[in-house]
Amino acid sequence: MSVLDAGGRRVRAAERARARRVAADERAERRRAASSGFSNPSNPRRSVWLTLACGVFALYCLFPFAYLLVNATKTQADFTSTFGLGPGRSFALWDNIREVFSYQDGIFARWLANTLMYVVVGAGGATLLAVMGGYALAKFRFPGRKAVFAVVLGAISVPGIALAVPQFLLFAKLGLTNTPWAMIVPSLISPFGLYLMWIFSDQAVPGELLEAARVDGASEWRTFRTISLPLLAPGIVTCALFTIVATWNNYFLPLIMLKDADWYPLTIGLNQWKDQASTAGGQAIQNLVITGSLITIIPLVIAFLLLQKYWQSGLAAGAVKE
Amino acid sequence: MRFEKMTKVIALTGAVAMAFGLAGCGGSGSGSSASGKGGKTEILVWSWDSTLPRTVKGFEAKNPDIKVKVTNVGTNKKEYTALNNALSANKGAPDLAQVEYYALPEYATQDKLQDLSDMGASGYKSFYTPGTWNSVNLNGGVYALPMDSGPMALFYNKEVFDKAGVTEVPTTWDEYYEAAKKIKAVGSYITSDSGDAGFFDSMTWQAGAKPFATSKDGKTVTINLTGDSKVKKWDDYWQKMINEDLINTKIPGWSDDWNKGLNDGSIASLLMGAWMPYNLLSGAPDASGKWRVAQMPTWEKGGTENSENGGSSLAMIKTKDDSKSKAAYKFLEYACHNAEGIKTRVDGGAFPADNNTLKSNEFLSMTSLKDADGKDNAYFGGQKFNEVLSQAAKNVLPGYKFLPFEVYARGIYGDKMTAFTSKSATLDQGIAAWQKDLQNYAKQQGYTVKE
Repeated sequence: MSVLDAGGRRVRAAERARARRVAADERAERRRAASSGFSNPSNPRRSVWLTLACGVFALYCLFPFAYLLVNATKTQADFTSTFGLGPGRSFALWDNIREVFSYQDGIFARWLANTLMYVVVGAGGATLLAVMGGYALAKFRFPGRKAVFAVVLGAISVPGIALAVPQFLLFAKLGLTNTPWAMIVPSLISPFGLYLMWIFSDQAVPGELLEAARVDGASEWRTFRTISLPLLAPGIVTCALFTIVATWNNYFLPLIMLKDADWYPLTIGLNQWKDQASTAGGQAIQNLVITGSLITIIPLVIAFLLLQKYWQSGLAAGAVKE
Repeated sequence: MRFEKMTKVIALTGAVAMAFGLAGCGGSGSGSSASGKGGKTEILVWSWDSTLPRTVKGFEAKNPDIKVKVTNVGTNKKEYTALNNALSANKGAPDLAQVEYYALPEYATQDKLQDLSDMGASGYKSFYTPGTWNSVNLNGGVYALPMDSGPMALFYNKEVFDKAGVTEVPTTWDEYYEAAKKIKAVGSYITSDSGDAGFFDSMTWQAGAKPFATSKDGKTVTINLTGDSKVKKWDDYWQKMINEDLINTKIPGWSDDWNKGLNDGSIASLLMGAWMPYNLLSGAPDASGKWRVAQMPTWEKGGTENSENGGSSLAMIKTKDDSKSKAAYKFLEYACHNAEGIKTRVDGGAFPADNNTLKSNEFLSMTSLKDADGKDNAYFGGQKFNEVLSQAAKNVLPGYKFLPFEVYARGIYGDKMTAFTSKSATLDQGIAAWQKDLQNYAKQQGYTVKE
């Protein structure tokens, strides 16, 4: 224990030194910014043009959301007959929500549960694998590390869509298509997440700390769990957000893998509802598609609001090497 | 310490979710096996049609040893992609699949479909309308049974026509052109077209064109759009309409804007398949009572020629499992040939492909549609619309053939036609570019190409 305490003291000392350096850097930056005219938190000069540009982008991002909110309150008849951004003749949001969950024997709830399952198992598993893999690559020296690095970088540059069809043929051979595994197994692999966690581990976990723990007799697993994991928290959250968003929005993979409506995620199910209007004799249910889409994005919005401070610190991590 | 707890929680949820996933797998495994529980033969049907699932109950009541599962794996092109994937993987293909008439030659020539003439369908010629029978009867085999049909008709908004002073429904294309000018004068478009290949096929078919042909051995394909005088006839006419801004080229068919246009009268008529009534009811509900149906305008006064637009067939995928193909044929027969099965679907909104229904009094005397709540809606103002549509089905010109790669052809048609919708090029140029692309594609696919 004493060595660990000594390690803690050393960390605290290093942290104080780092804080002093940061303060000095910030002073210099303020001086520089003031002389060059750029604005920053401590030199809050406003630029009309930048504000305008930001406003335009905000509008661009929020517009579809506003459209969704407005149109989720309309009946199908109002949807086709009233102005797209204006209110309908009646307020039907609650009716729409009820109908979304009761249409076709309430299959929407099943799709929602499927999506949640794919996210928890797929994105959760991907994050777990990325954290452990990234940590191992950053903190252990073993033959073939460079090769792994090349493979991971290469894997990031191959878009997932390009692999979807070969994946389908492979999964068909294994007899896994049309089962949840066809959605989960490919979701478990996140080269970008691995890369992120690798770089993050390299920066966030000081080697001295691990040495101290090892000298103290902690097993590698215990070191990872009690010392490294807390330090990796912002990175883990960032990585989890990336994989959650990717899995939640995944469209092409389930499109080709799943043929059973009982296993569809929301993306495929909603698309199917949308297409129904353009088939011979098909009932148009655009009001349900829109309300369903609104319900679909709510969990993602919540995830972002809850995790955004970790997300920000995670994004900036590794940007500067000290 | 906080994180220690957190990892435990994560590990636990992961484990629970995995177990849930595993349990789920066990449940779905039986879906594709030949015989399910209790010695039942299970067959899988892929279809996006909303009326087909309704026939399952009646069928299973009569055939307690067969279980039918109908799944919607995607609408038209999405289903074909899924079907191609499953066929190339040799796994997961359904026993029966909904295939539109235009896509049928593609699967028939690839030898993926069961020839139904051996199973008893060869004598069904007089049962179906000439247009639909012609579409499923390819090179002497019967590769599917017609599910529904779409003889073209003129659907028009009478209120807008009256307002524009078009009191006589146009019966020739010249009259249609004159009507279009009057309707433009009151601020509406007579119709819209932003480059739809199915519409192009139907319109040239009605003009008597036969731009595509495939040899009996399936190795030579003829693609002659630019040299076909009947294609040219339609093309010149439509170009005139575009040049004088008489049709809306901005609004894509089936978009929300399109439905809005049909709803508020800014698109005043449609040249569309006979299956349109229910789509009008759900897409343009406010216009109920204003619309009417008439025969297509023709090229000569007093002409009756017509064509098909859309429509689907139900095809059987080849399989070596005899008990399955027998069970699948039974369902196919029930859904597409049995009077009870057909009635179930027609009541659900399908436009029939068989002569018996088209002749039946009950069908011909219909004056209203059933809406989503099951209420009667006199959408066509009390008109006996099926009398018109039934006659339209009889007038379909025989002999029109689709390409053996029509799915691809239709997929690229829109790209070739973007110029005409923005009026920076002519239809002629678009069609020539389409032809060139199709010929190249045919060569890549190993066909001998004739013009």
